[in-house]
Amino acid sequence: MSLLEIKNLHAIVGEREILKGIDLTVNPGEVHAIMGPNGSGKSTLAQVVAGRELYHVTGGEVLYDGKDLLAMAPEDRAREGIFLAFQYPVEIPGVSNMYFLKAALNTVRKTRGLPELDAMDFLNLVREKMKLMDMEQTLLNRPVNTGFSGGEKKRNEIFQMAVLEPRLAILDETDSGLDIDALRVVAGGVNALRDPQRSMIVVTHYQRLLNYIVPDFVHVLAGGRIVKSGGKELALQLEESGYAGMGIYDEGEAA
Amino acid sequence: MAVATQTGACLELFTKQPAAAPWVQALREAAFQRFAELGFPTTHDEEWRFTNVAPISRSAFAMLPSRDRQGAVVPDETQLHLAKHAPLDNPFVALNTAFLTTVAFHHVPRGAVLESPIEITHACDQPGRVHHPRTLIVVAPDAHCTIIERYTGTGSYFTNAVTEVVAGDGAVIDHYKIQTEDRVAFHIATMQATLGRSTSFTSHSISLGGALVRNDANATLSEGTEATLNGLYIVNGSQHVDNHTQIDHAKPHGASHELYKGVLDGRATAVFNGRIIVRKDAQKTDSKQTNKNLVLSDNAVINTKPELQILADDVRCTHGATIGQLDAEAMFYLQSRGIGKAQARDLLTYAFAQDIIDRVKVAALKEELEKRLFEKFHEHGG
Repeated sequence: MSLLEIKNLHAIVGEREILKGIDLTVNPGEVHAIMGPNGSGKSTLAQVVAGRELYHVTGGEVLYDGKDLLAMAPEDRAREGIFLAFQYPVEIPGVSNMYFLKAALNTVRKTRGLPELDAMDFLNLVREKMKLMDMEQTLLNRPVNTGFSGGEKKRNEIFQMAVLEPRLAILDETDSGLDIDALRVVAGGVNALRDPQRSMIVVTHYQRLLNYIVPDFVHVLAGGRIVKSGGKELALQLEESGYAGMGIYDEGEAA
Repeated sequence: MAVATQTGACLELFTKQPAAAPWVQALREAAFQRFAELGFPTTHDEEWRFTNVAPISRSAFAMLPSRDRQGAVVPDETQLHLAKHAPLDNPFVALNTAFLTTVAFHHVPRGAVLESPIEITHACDQPGRVHHPRTLIVVAPDAHCTIIERYTGTGSYFTNAVTEVVAGDGAVIDHYKIQTEDRVAFHIATMQATLGRSTSFTSHSISLGGALVRNDANATLSEGTEATLNGLYIVNGSQHVDNHTQIDHAKPHGASHELYKGVLDGRATAVFNGRIIVRKDAQKTDSKQTNKNLVLSDNAVINTKPELQILADDVRCTHGATIGQLDAEAMFYLQSRGIGKAQARDLLTYAFAQDIIDRVKVAALKEELEKRLFEKFHEHGG
């Protein structure tokens, strides 16, 4: 059975329709890249799957592991194994990264029928994952994303993903704002999490990230629809000819 | 209720007081006279526009003075400062002074650095009583001290407190007022700080309890004085809390900072009124005032008002007030990591309030307040 099945999905923000009939099927272990010009609806798709209430689904359905995903609260989606790495991770002053992550991990573990981790086991797990992301341990004691550089925020997202071990990870423009060294670290973290049971949707504007995270499938989103699908070579074609060169134009809608 | 009726009942209690030293008696009488002129304030008084004290004026004099107020213990050494600072134009200050019986008095000698805080606890466990706690702290020049005032109790009673802090030149004072009165109690308090040259004064007012609460925190600054007035109020149910602050820049080169944060839930109401006076003389004043409110329910009400009276022309004064709900993006971020809605809400509310607690310099007190806050906002697990 496929892990995620999106059928004819329509979504609006305010009065504006952003997703105009998306179809996408993701099987366990597959990595799908979603590319597209600015305003094509890439980020909207990512947020709708994660459950952001800002967007209203007006049509279509989404099945996750055979269940009606759209009927689930965002926290329940996360507990069932969906993880969104944010394009703009939110700063939360006053909540320590450590406390936040422990609360998150323990709710997720509870759903999986696993016992809560005690402070010692949690710290050991966190240390191991931080090493993977080449992160300073002091970041743990700081408030969530507060005062983090752009690169630190993105690393923190993938670090959280490594700790929470999702079944479906959605990376929303994880490459934006990263220099090449940071990009390598982040991509290395993502690749270490590739697993036959774990699926990923990688949303990106540029082909660059896909040199490091090599996808099984590439889809091009434009004007709220998937206009082209193919293998990893599609990303290279896009890189060469550009979106316009393939007859794909930005419709000027919010991403 | 007519002023005459109020003061008539008051007069009987007033005349029944045990005798005191002549100078104390003179203070009492002048204050009583002032109160008789003023009466209890009503919502027609600008200063009391959003705080209706009718529940207090209806019942205050049906209440007996608290039992521990037997015998006059106003030390003669307080004469120089007692009742010389807190404004008698505030009817509740006048009332407190009219019933002056005991004074919590501390004198910190010149240059002394107190290692442990001066702790003053007013615990009222006598329902149906009214009490008028009075505190005077005199800090001599260049002395350092920490003051912790606590107000707590059980049952329905009325606390009407007045605190005067007098700081000599170069003194460093860290003041805390922790108000955790019973949820059915009335609490009115005035803190007046008169600050000498180059004094550094920091005050934190934490209001968690009480049915009807009014705090007046006033500071008068001298040359080069630095004053910080911070506050945190957390109210729900039908609680009402009113914070009035007044910072009086009387002399040049003073600096003042103010940060008051409020969390309102249920049908709670709150008032913040921040008056800043910069006198003609007080050039180069630097003053900043901020009031931030987190409103968690549709029925809670906050009235916030800056009140700047600037008579000097070379000053910097900024002020800002915000009233908001929990940040939707932050909520979604937490939820997207599996944290339930109720817990996410608690976490963000805790974080909002924590900002003030973080500024508390006394480790034990900070820990105690964190624990209180944690219990308040972590009822949904975590």
